[in-house]
Amino acid sequence: MRIDCTHVWEHISAYIDGEVDAALRAEIDRHLETCEICSAVLDSTRNVVVLVADDRVFELPVGFSERLHARLEKEMESVGPG
Amino acid sequence: MKPPTPEFEIERIRRILAGEKHLFHELIRPCERSVYFLLISLLRNEAEAEDAAQETAIKVYRNLKNFRGDAQFRTWVLSIARNEGLGRLRKAASRREDSLDAEIDEQTGDYTPAILTSWREVPHEALERKELGALLRQAVEGLPEIYRNVVLLRDIEEMNVRETATALGVTEGAVKVRLHRARAMLQKELAPRLGGFAPKRKGLFGWAR
Repeated sequence: MRIDCTHVWEHISAYIDGEVDAALRAEIDRHLETCEICSAVLDSTRNVVVLVADDRVFELPVGFSERLHARLEKEMESVGPG
Repeated sequence: MKPPTPEFEIERIRRILAGEKHLFHELIRPCERSVYFLLISLLRNEAEAEDAAQETAIKVYRNLKNFRGDAQFRTWVLSIARNEGLGRLRKAASRREDSLDAEIDEQTGDYTPAILTSWREVPHEALERKELGALLRQAVEGLPEIYRNVVLLRDIEEMNVRETATALGVTEGAVKVRLHRARAMLQKELAPRLGGFAPKRKGLFGWAR
């Protein structure tokens, strides 16, 4: 049985995470071999996932860590851990 | 950054509770990023998220003896951060957004991705260009809260499904569904706009609907 494009889209996220079972993966792979649209959707989704994960996209505010540890230090001077 | 092993964390906690207070700094350090990004996702305000992150670290320190070791330390820290964030939201009486988000979550998962037949990969080097980073940030920030939280923890902080579910207080199934929808929304929003960052090649992009 051939699966259609919408069916492939439904599983794209799980497919990227390697969470679809072997049978479904094989069906999706077969579909992708001949479907240019789904291949492009898969590649672009994967690319978006990889790009947003880059540390340069979401950065902590400058000095965040220093301020956090300074405040902690102050707290730790006055009380012990509980 | 790879999280430290649970054994290492338990040992550290034991020493901190026994009096080596200063070790707390390095115990909490690997959690800082995740705590901040979870809070910015909830509170949508840098200064407020930073203050809440500091409060979270202090609460973790004060409640360290309550850590049972049945979840990862970072997961436990994140649930404290989440409570801190939700507490502030409640105070600000802005719970309306949550119920709206919940309604969106109930909708069926039908979606049409951005269909472009000549998709080409955007390399990491393109992030040297400030606009790309801004575009990606805007897209994530524009997601409804329940989706944004999951993307931040799963895809940006690279936590696993279980850890994300525990930190957010939802089921693993909900994490998977939300992540799927979030990625689909990001693809739809971003794919047509990322073309300009792909390496140049002869010919035109065949963006089609």
